[in-house]
Amino acid sequence: MFAYYFDLALRSLKRNPVLTGLMVVAIGFGVAASMITYSVFRAVSGDPIPDKSARLFAPQIDSWGPEHNLKGEPPLALNYVDAMALMHAHIAKRQTLLYPVSLPVLPAGNRSLPAKGSGYAVYGDFFRMFEVPFLYGDGWSTAQDESRAAVVVLSEEFNQKQFGGANSVGREINIGGHDYRIVGVTRHWNPVPRFYSLFGSSGFGRPADFYVSFTRALDLRTDTAGNNSCRGTIKMSGWDDWLHSNCVWIEPWVELDNANEVARYRSFLEAYSADQQRAGRFSWAPNVRLRDVTEWLEYMRVVPPESRISLLVSLGFLVICLVNTIGLLLAKFMRRAGEIGVRRALGASRREIYMQFLMEAATVGLFGGLLGLLLTAAGISGVGLLFRPEIARLAHVDLVLVAMTLGVAVTATVVAAFYPTWRAAQVQPAWHLKTN
Amino acid sequence: MHVQPILAALRRHKAGTALIALQIALTLAIVCNALFIIHQRLSHLSEPTGIDEANLFVIESQWAGDLSNQQVDSQIQSDLAALRQLPGVRDAAPSNSYPLRGGGWDDFIMMTPEQKEKTTDASVYLSDEHLLDTLGVKLIAGRNFRPDEIEPMGEREDKMPSVAIVTKALADKLYPDGSALGKTFYSMSPRPITIIGIIERLQRQEVDTWSRDYVYQDMLWPRRLDTQWGTYYIVRAKPGQLAAAMRESRKALIAQNRMRIIDPDDGVLSFAEIRHRAYDSDRGMAILMGIICAVLLVITGAGIVGLTSFWVGQRRKQIGIRRALGATRHDILGYFLAENLLIGVAGVLIGIVLAVAINLWMIMHVEMTRLPLWYVLASVAVLLLLGQGAALAPALRASRVSPVVATRTI
Repeated sequence: MFAYYFDLALRSLKRNPVLTGLMVVAIGFGVAASMITYSVFRAVSGDPIPDKSARLFAPQIDSWGPEHNLKGEPPLALNYVDAMALMHAHIAKRQTLLYPVSLPVLPAGNRSLPAKGSGYAVYGDFFRMFEVPFLYGDGWSTAQDESRAAVVVLSEEFNQKQFGGANSVGREINIGGHDYRIVGVTRHWNPVPRFYSLFGSSGFGRPADFYVSFTRALDLRTDTAGNNSCRGTIKMSGWDDWLHSNCVWIEPWVELDNANEVARYRSFLEAYSADQQRAGRFSWAPNVRLRDVTEWLEYMRVVPPESRISLLVSLGFLVICLVNTIGLLLAKFMRRAGEIGVRRALGASRREIYMQFLMEAATVGLFGGLLGLLLTAAGISGVGLLFRPEIARLAHVDLVLVAMTLGVAVTATVVAAFYPTWRAAQVQPAWHLKTN
Repeated sequence: MHVQPILAALRRHKAGTALIALQIALTLAIVCNALFIIHQRLSHLSEPTGIDEANLFVIESQWAGDLSNQQVDSQIQSDLAALRQLPGVRDAAPSNSYPLRGGGWDDFIMMTPEQKEKTTDASVYLSDEHLLDTLGVKLIAGRNFRPDEIEPMGEREDKMPSVAIVTKALADKLYPDGSALGKTFYSMSPRPITIIGIIERLQRQEVDTWSRDYVYQDMLWPRRLDTQWGTYYIVRAKPGQLAAAMRESRKALIAQNRMRIIDPDDGVLSFAEIRHRAYDSDRGMAILMGIICAVLLVITGAGIVGLTSFWVGQRRKQIGIRRALGATRHDILGYFLAENLLIGVAGVLIGIVLAVAINLWMIMHVEMTRLPLWYVLASVAVLLLLGQGAALAPALRASRVSPVVATRTI
């Protein structure tokens, strides 16, 4: 029966090639536009660490006060003093501070020229907290943080460039003019968006080359390559002044396993701020936040407005293509009132009419989906024209997208066909037999 | 032309009429907003920078190793001497940043040291007396820096200058009466800065939404910024020698000192490339919206052709009868066009409401400004014309239906 209706559909569609073509093109374009923009949107709005996004938190402390804070919200990063206080209190199960660094990597092995390198200064807990996968070796310990050891973890890609992919654990590498001992090499790891470092970064940059020890980097006075945001009048005469200024530049993260721990950490932040108020460092009431990864991505507005607008406009476009299809299907089906009348008179039930016409619509949808698939593939290869390169490279065609393209095309067309089919099934056989 | 019979006919085709009207409404709503987005993006990316873009390029030179501030400063001075000597180079200046870089140093500006709320915000450029000539910006009041005012400044070092050159936009913001020259302001420091020169126009380092309120507000400090990281050199080539100067400069710097990093891909960027990168998301949005508008109008037009053709086909008998009863071809043509116009007007009325609703939603959720009335009116005109154009072919076919048809099948 299925094959018979499919055959009928093909015959009918062949009878009006222009009308059929118009519907197929409309659905193809509508679905392709939606899928191209969706492929970008799903990349930028995804959960970068699904199994832990509810257990990782970014604490915020209002160190600027009502005069300077962000319309009542605390600054987006911590200053050095507050960051250190959080680290020393050690309330969370795991915790890290981090900031981006950009440092030259000096010639070694067969390289004669220095190379560019960028990464993060982090604490040892970073690797366990964020589930960084390792190819060789491992991260470093809290004891090594405390002894301010000169240790570094390289990324798989950077290890490939520097050591040809060999196990480099135990070797030394000169970063920014200082030697670091390599303790681990990660497997390819680049959560998108890069939730852990969004202060002054879009979250879609190149993956990090290395992770150096935070305590060692501070000892070497390694400057941040990221944002440094200050308020009011500041006295700045050197590194130590800067560390003790109100400038925020350090991003803190804590791992909290359950609601109790979250509540406990929240009250710790409150108590810390209250202490600062009593000590006269803050002249305002505690104003703290503790957002998990999902809330943090939302608050930091990680999804670029371009991606949101283009997805919405494309969906609107798809809706218009469907309205168009409803109209054309209506015209096409009603033109065959005579044929329907004959079929009904010869004993076809309404149900069979429904089956026949929905099948025809599904066939249109299928062809629309196939065209849409071609257009989507073409569009994604040209997506660099439409989005910033760092965003465009995230868009890709995979099985899910292929299935979605065909699924959306067929489903949408069948849904659009409900009304025209209903009208077709209402045809009174007697009336049409009489007048034709 | 009587509207009554048209309405009566449309009542018999409620679904088709509603679908065309709906399609016109939705198309209007989307096209209207998309055109507005295109206009916004294009006007954003066509803002002038105020500099001699055609002959400018920027070198990003990172230091390899841990140099002291003194070492960095003398290296910068030797690099500049080498660059300025090149045959294809007109002038060169060191800088912490450059226009359209996408971000960088900006300070809050206050009029008194006690002031809590900022007066405004300005982008900070640190350079020497060569910057104005290098960028090709016009000094409209006051003077350039003197060589003896230029001092080295390490990062986090308290070497705030006492003089600065500001853009006209910043000068007017601080002293709206035009008296800025010689006056002072405070830049997050307890010491005043005196305005010694005013330049006509210079774009900020970033063109993000947050800085829209501070557009073209910059200050130039007579300082060479010496950082562990590296520096930018802004270089102005002699006319027509940009490509040669870009090649020479890279070689000259490497020859000066090999212990540096100039990225092979984007270590030396012409200003055309910088502009391209700065506005890529604006350009992308404009292209995407343009494609969607064009395809949408074609599909809506084709949809109207399809449905009108169907109606014409369905009503051949009635048309024949009308013709037999004395209606001219012109009457039939007019009938179908008027019918289309009626549906079109209904569609655009709903469309206007939708367009405004979408615009309001975008204002709330995705950084958008209010849709100007003339965009709505222009889109209305486009859609009504599209409808008439699309209905014309089927309507002409209708007008050619012979009166004989009336006599056939009854």
